[in-house]
Amino acid sequence: MEFLVASAIGMLTAAGIYLILRQRTFPVILGLSLLSYAVNVFIFASGRLAVNAPPILNKYADVPYSDPLPQALVLTAIVISFGMTALAVMIALGAYLTARTDKIDMTDEGDAA
Amino acid sequence: MSHLIVAPVVLPAILAPFIIMVIRHHLDLQRIFSVAGTVALVVLSIALAGQAAQGGAYVYELGNWPAPFGIVLVLDRLSATMVLLTTLLALAVVLYAIGTGWDARGRNFHALIHFQLMGIIGAFLTGDAFNLFVFFEVLLIASYGLMIHAGGAKRLRAGVQYVVYNLMGSSLFLFALATLYGVTGTLNMADIAQRVAELPMEDTALLRVGAVMLLLVFSIKAAVLPLHFWLPASYANAPLPVAALFAIMTKVGAYSILRMFTLAFGPDVAATQGLAGDWLLPAALLTLAVGAIGVLGSREIGRLVAFGSISSVGTLLIAISIFTPEATAAALYYTIHSTLASALLFLVADKIMERRGGAIIAQRPMHQTGLISALFFVGGIALAGMPPLSGFVGKLLILDAARDSDLVWTIWAVVLVSSLITIVGFARAGAILFWESHDAAHIREEEPETPTDEDEVISEEPPSPTSPLAYSAAFGLLAALVLLTVFSGQVMEFATQTAEAMYRPEIYIDAVMKRTPQ
Repeated sequence: MEFLVASAIGMLTAAGIYLILRQRTFPVILGLSLLSYAVNVFIFASGRLAVNAPPILNKYADVPYSDPLPQALVLTAIVISFGMTALAVMIALGAYLTARTDKIDMTDEGDAA
Repeated sequence: MSHLIVAPVVLPAILAPFIIMVIRHHLDLQRIFSVAGTVALVVLSIALAGQAAQGGAYVYELGNWPAPFGIVLVLDRLSATMVLLTTLLALAVVLYAIGTGWDARGRNFHALIHFQLMGIIGAFLTGDAFNLFVFFEVLLIASYGLMIHAGGAKRLRAGVQYVVYNLMGSSLFLFALATLYGVTGTLNMADIAQRVAELPMEDTALLRVGAVMLLLVFSIKAAVLPLHFWLPASYANAPLPVAALFAIMTKVGAYSILRMFTLAFGPDVAATQGLAGDWLLPAALLTLAVGAIGVLGSREIGRLVAFGSISSVGTLLIAISIFTPEATAAALYYTIHSTLASALLFLVADKIMERRGGAIIAQRPMHQTGLISALFFVGGIALAGMPPLSGFVGKLLILDAARDSDLVWTIWAVVLVSSLITIVGFARAGAILFWESHDAAHIREEEPETPTDEDEVISEEPPSPTSPLAYSAAFGLLAALVLLTVFSGQVMEFATQTAEAMYRPEIYIDAVMKRTPQ
């Protein structure tokens, strides 16, 4: 299972970085989302992978439990990345509508002088 | 437990939504509340600095959960200094924005400023690594809004770049935090420091990976080469008063490096020994060099100042990366100086851009050219580190502290040569902007009207000839620089105490961890 999760994170990250390097707003935003999914799974895995283990201690029986903190962290990270993506979409849309281009790179414009 | 420590985070957190929700349509009321809030923040941070000056570290447990289970805010001399610097800068920026009418060119300027202040102050005060991430996001999301304030095609495109770059930085931050959590099982900075010291040497490979990733994240924020590419375009295209406030944001990165790499991955920790210094020093030297060359090569006033602030970050990080108490004390002094000097120059650059656009070419003399050129002159002297002002004292302290380093000659050569290049760059820009304008032979004939974004902004709002409020903000920053020079002895004494305390992390760790039930 560790191998599966690790390679999934790797694939997501690689795909995300590839899309970000495309330098157009739509692929870049998709890439950033993929990157944030990879991060979320990675944070989740940082508390060690455990199957069928609730994140609470059981004081009546010695049953396995999983680390609750990464789950809380992931929740925060999901909320933040969701909000950030929405904001990035809005700003990118604004930039596209005013500048009529979705290129992220600005060097083609030359200097202002 | 005093609630004073959390007050500078709570106050803007309440004030900003209040401004958005209740007084959205009343610009005058917004201005009054914004100024009042900022003044209150200055008062609070002076009170906090007074408390911190007595020494030690003061801990505030949010929700009364003891560390390491709850989030803590920690006030020590370092964080108090940074908070005070932030609030003073914010006051100048808010007054300037009101005086020049920048806050009326888009919506929600004041609310965003206060959200940003909440993020910055929180990042300085927090004692929890994940909470640091959250405050980074708060300050970033507010800065995205401020960055594209007043709109315009070029500004929006620069905004997209800035947002994308910082979102990648945030992802990297989360990877770093998750790695650290995977190794140490905690995210409280003091607790991380304890666990790192106890880890057996053979288990520290992942820890070093996490530490380097953190260093990268903070370097993105601090705009260290080769991660500085976002800064010139973003700062030069942001509204310049906002760029003046952003002068503190690079310092948030520098502060975080200083905090994490003295507290948790300090010079005495075997696992990460030399990790930060060895990588950071060459990068900082290159940053300084690139900044200086950028100053010389800029053809636009915004970029000129942006590269000036990159070179000041380079100087600052040279001092940080030496990692000795003397060098850190010099770095603290230089932090205060370079923040104020960059902000002053951004405000002056805004005055110039308002009157004649951003390009550094000879044009007809502008209105109030004498006053503005004097301010530009003083600001350039301060940022380049010429004698009368605090930049000189700061650079001297850094050069002096570098004496014990192995690379002392390299450091001296790079710092001195790039100071020279910076001076030449500012002199060139100043000469073209202010002197050649009076010489008819140099003035190019009026170019055919090419409407740029700056022109649109100008035509919307005719430049107010004298806005005393705006000048008082700029002169306030200048006065702060002069005071910093005059009282450099006292400030250095404080900075030395701060730096010495930072290299004894047990003070911080004891203060945070002592209350845990054993």
